[in-house]
Amino acid sequence: MSEQLLKVRGLKIEGRSDETWNQIVNGVDLDLKKGEVLGLIGESGAGKSTVGLASMGFTRDGCRISDGTVEFDGIDLVNASAAVKRDLLGKRIAYVAQSAAASFNPAHRLIDQHTEAPVQHKVLGKAESEADGVELYRKLRLPNPEEIGFRYPHQVSGGQLQRAMTAMAMACRPDLIIFDEPTTALDVTTQIEVLASIREIVEEFDTAAIYITHDLAVVAQMADKIKVLLKGDEVEEAETRKMLSDPQEDYTKSLWAVRSFKRPQKPAVHTSATPVISVQNVTAAYGKIPVLHDVSFDIHEGRTVAVVGESGSGKSTTARCITGLLPPKQGHVEFDGEALPLDYRKRSKMQLRQAQMIYQMADTALNPRKTIGELIGRPVQFYMGLTGAEKRKRVEYLLEEIELEPSQYYNRLPSELSGGQKQRIGIARALAAEPKFIICDEVTSALDQLVAEGILKLLAKLQDELNLSYMFITHDLATVKSIADEVVVMKDGRVVEQGLKNDMFTPPHHPYTDLLLSSVPEMDPDWLTNLLNERGVDNIGDAAVDKM
Amino acid sequence: MASILKIIAQRLALGVLTLFVVSVVIFTAVNLLPGDFAQAILGQGATEEAVNAIRKDLGLDQHPVSRYLSWLGGAVQGDLGNSFAQANFASFVGSDAGSGMASVAAQIGPRFENTMFLAGVTALIAVPISITLGVLAALYRNSIFDRATNILTLSSISSPEFFLAYILILFLAVLNPMLPSLSNIYDGMSFGERFEKTLLPALTLTLVVTAHMMRMTRAAIINLLASPYIEMARLKGLSPMRVIVKHALPNALAPIINVIALNLAYLITGVVVVEVVFVYPGIGQLFVDSVKIRDIPVVQACCLIFAAAYILLNLTADILSILSNPRLRHPK
Amino acid sequence: MMTILNLLLLAVGMAAVGWVFRFLGQKITGNKPYFRDMSFGVAFGFVFGAVVLVWLVWSYVLSHSSDPTVANKYFFLGKAVEGLVIFAIAAWIFRILGRSVGTNATRKLFRSMPLTASFGVLTILIYAFVAIFAGILAPYGQEEILGAANIVPGGNPAMGGNPDYPLGTDQIGRDILSRLIYGAQNTVGIAFATTVLAFFIGGTLGFLAATLGGWLDQIVSRAVDVLMAIPSLIFALLLMTIAAAWAGSEKGLLTFYMVLIIAVIDSTRVFRLARAVGLNIVVMDYIEAAKLRGEGLGYLIFREILPNATAPLLAEFGLRFCFVFLTIASLSFLGVGIQPPLADWGTMVRDLAQFINFAAFAPQVASAPLLAAGAIALLTVAVNFVVDWMLHKSSGLKE
Repeated sequence: MSEQLLKVRGLKIEGRSDETWNQIVNGVDLDLKKGEVLGLIGESGAGKSTVGLASMGFTRDGCRISDGTVEFDGIDLVNASAAVKRDLLGKRIAYVAQSAAASFNPAHRLIDQHTEAPVQHKVLGKAESEADGVELYRKLRLPNPEEIGFRYPHQVSGGQLQRAMTAMAMACRPDLIIFDEPTTALDVTTQIEVLASIREIVEEFDTAAIYITHDLAVVAQMADKIKVLLKGDEVEEAETRKMLSDPQEDYTKSLWAVRSFKRPQKPAVHTSATPVISVQNVTAAYGKIPVLHDVSFDIHEGRTVAVVGESGSGKSTTARCITGLLPPKQGHVEFDGEALPLDYRKRSKMQLRQAQMIYQMADTALNPRKTIGELIGRPVQFYMGLTGAEKRKRVEYLLEEIELEPSQYYNRLPSELSGGQKQRIGIARALAAEPKFIICDEVTSALDQLVAEGILKLLAKLQDELNLSYMFITHDLATVKSIADEVVVMKDGRVVEQGLKNDMFTPPHHPYTDLLLSSVPEMDPDWLTNLLNERGVDNIGDAAVDKM
Repeated sequence: MASILKIIAQRLALGVLTLFVVSVVIFTAVNLLPGDFAQAILGQGATEEAVNAIRKDLGLDQHPVSRYLSWLGGAVQGDLGNSFAQANFASFVGSDAGSGMASVAAQIGPRFENTMFLAGVTALIAVPISITLGVLAALYRNSIFDRATNILTLSSISSPEFFLAYILILFLAVLNPMLPSLSNIYDGMSFGERFEKTLLPALTLTLVVTAHMMRMTRAAIINLLASPYIEMARLKGLSPMRVIVKHALPNALAPIINVIALNLAYLITGVVVVEVVFVYPGIGQLFVDSVKIRDIPVVQACCLIFAAAYILLNLTADILSILSNPRLRHPK
Repeated sequence: MMTILNLLLLAVGMAAVGWVFRFLGQKITGNKPYFRDMSFGVAFGFVFGAVVLVWLVWSYVLSHSSDPTVANKYFFLGKAVEGLVIFAIAAWIFRILGRSVGTNATRKLFRSMPLTASFGVLTILIYAFVAIFAGILAPYGQEEILGAANIVPGGNPAMGGNPDYPLGTDQIGRDILSRLIYGAQNTVGIAFATTVLAFFIGGTLGFLAATLGGWLDQIVSRAVDVLMAIPSLIFALLLMTIAAAWAGSEKGLLTFYMVLIIAVIDSTRVFRLARAVGLNIVVMDYIEAAKLRGEGLGYLIFREILPNATAPLLAEFGLRFCFVFLTIASLSFLGVGIQPPLADWGTMVRDLAQFINFAAFAPQVASAPLLAAGAIALLTVAVNFVVDWMLHKSSGLKE
């Protein structure tokens, strides 16, 4: 069982940009035995996917292996001819991509794509392979395994497609599968079932795997050993349990420590206090498609209300109703006890100023043609009427507030900043209006964990200083735990449950909240096993949601 | 299946509606002519009787709306009115205006056939060549081959049709007398002879259309090759040929159909200049001649025919790409 | 029949040489991946390219043959090869100049510039120069009728030329060189003005439609749909018929109408693009942020949208200019465009076209119409090269 399957030594990869080759992976070693699962983790830009693909002997267009060796079962993949590599790919090494919806060919049925590799590599006949496909679908607990293969990709949901893709990778019973962030695009409740089925099938066929992800908790469930990458460099590698309990390097320790930030629970607000924002019985629709049904909640001064839910639950639509971008069909929104006009075009400058917004993607939220000074200066001038030196002074003060050196950043363009810095500029622009209330729409979900941590701390500091109220939209319960005072759980456009954070995180809950909470992976390597035992194999993910 | 039929029915209805509005636009534009048609055509020196004859013949004493309706009604039945040039001639010789000679339809008929022949020959040469070249350029993108074809096609697109036509005449008719430089086509010609005379104008059009079509095919294929499912197919260890034929082509169908239709539509415009250069007796040459002598009914009719062909081609492309879309063919 | 047989033999020969080429490559380089994974088609392609190059060089040599029939036959190919080499060298020198002179930004621009684009920039600059200073550069006036008609280009008296008229004179004795130079001013100037007008109309409506949406967008978009359902050259010809009736004998007025007509027809294409670009920007969060701030329409369009739309609009301006330029040239060629006595390239081609038939024995005579047509092609090729490079640059980041 200790036979060496994959041996990578000193792997260096270059990527082409601006007509020059830049090194993006600087000498990585990998060792994988038969049946072993290696977790490859790192932040964006760490080179995880590039390394994963290179261990199949494959580089994307605009990349090349500049040095090092990749040996698969004694075969040198770097220097192998195209024909030799083609013979291995799909048959002995398979790949599961991040987005199954984009990686299945829209023009063919699932089963036809499934049987393609075995038939082309002459492993199985068409009919045998089809029968085997149905068997695999059943093992992966896909609904209607007999029939689902005869559908086209667009007729199947995301979580099911991801499992169908795992089945497709298994079609030739390969020795090695590369999983490239297979669950990143999925909701937490769907993620569970995909994780469980991937783990089961990999164990059953004793397949070696490289599991690429940025999510520590996920990799803790899946891998035998973990390797941490940072900007194309290897940080450290160890057995999963050892890595979790006793990381050696500072960078790894900081990654592990991220989830420790937690604000104390503030006491409940006096019931007679006038809330800053009060959403009252809001019902809204896009055209004729209803999205919100009778949504009500309050946000009080100096408090953070987290609105939680999976994609399509109506979180962002609620924000659009509050800002007036989508006037509700019924109900209204009150600010400081006064009803706001439904349409933002009918609101006064004062009303617009009081409610500001910070967006998920700082890239699209900042006009790329304007300097930082102009971006923050505009609301200062627009609302406060400051110009010239006064305006500049105010902008510099705001830059200091968000912990960026004014003289350094004033004249820069957004493209010259990192993701976290851009998000800080978004915060400064919101602050420039001197609002009472800020909507934070998934502000940390596009950021790496360490950077997100910094943003959360900054937001908490500003709240304490300026007595701001936040509406915090997120799908990430870890973020909720760290920053929220109150929580509103939404599902299918309805509020399922709301209350103080500590109450929400202690049982008993509404069944959906319970499902949502228990689906968030934890850093404990036994978490998934325990959860499956608790829920029973047939009662996870979609199945559980449907039973509600 | 019901939904796809509904979408196609909608497109068809939209096409007919567009054609109707276009006919209104053309008719209105022509009615913007200053003063009176008859006066405008015959000029100051015309006799009162001649002007009156034409005026009555054209129904100029009627209201514009009723004139439009009768024109449209005639057009639908294939009667496109009478040519001014012929009417003019007829009124001078004193014979009855509106006899067989003067009808626009009779003038356009054979020429329309010639133009379709020219366009057909061009399409037969251009479509296979450009799609093959486009796919090759996409596969070997950024190679010397790709760069060379890029420069050549850009140059060919940039050149006015008459420049390309004269270059071809220079090399293939004057310096190396292989093909005739004048395309005098007449009735009762043998097919081979006709083909030979059509070849040079067809080659000129091919140069222009191939360049456009090839570049668009290349762009469509490159766009497609960047999609994750193509990477997936390559990672399954499939042969490059299979990746292209089985995974790229079924999805490339819609864009390629679009490219072909768009360029056949482009042919319609290109045909005008090329027919004039080669004195090819097609509808484009007739159109230009009529424009010069302000033969309004002929101009109107040609314009309508060109627009109809253009709309028809775009409609065909639209419907074919709907039919080739698996999402619409197999709804959830 | 012989030619077809010869071509077939040539193809078989090239295929054989291609196979040998790949085989030798594999042997000599010790089976390097480049030759090992080379498909036969690629090998054939290399041989084909080599044959074309050899043929071009051979034609160049033949064009300097002492036998006049052979020399005449290869005159044009020889000149074409000469022109190509001269332009390539000029573009190359221009690029070196650009890399060492100017500000940091322009130097950086020139460093990443392919030869085709530097050729394009150089050519556009030359045309602009000639167009602006036509009055000074041209030896004679554009309408001036000089002593002799039909003087042969080349300036060689033995061949019927005259050194005073290096490119000869036309049928009524106007200097062709002067008319070519004035043509730059007239044809290019009118096309440029038309494009600017088309952009003003189409761009304004497009951005308004994208920002405001609603009924304005609906009305303008549907109107554009209808206008675009008529092929543009056909529509232009139809409207020119009517314009000609309106203008009567006033030729200047007709040119003005032509500018208006083509600008309106082309503005539909600009509208489509501006609207599409605008819509892509309008969905950005920073536009939403500006709207929620309470900014007015003017600020949204001029400060938020327009600065982000310059790159695609500039590329479109180049393409539109080419299109307008070719349309005007075609109209003039057909006799309904720019009216005499203004010198114009399209009209010149039409007037001089018959001389092409003399190419076999007097190639200089035949070159006059080709020069005018070539002048049109050269400018559009140049603009297209630059636009192609710009588009490649802006999309290249994704690849």
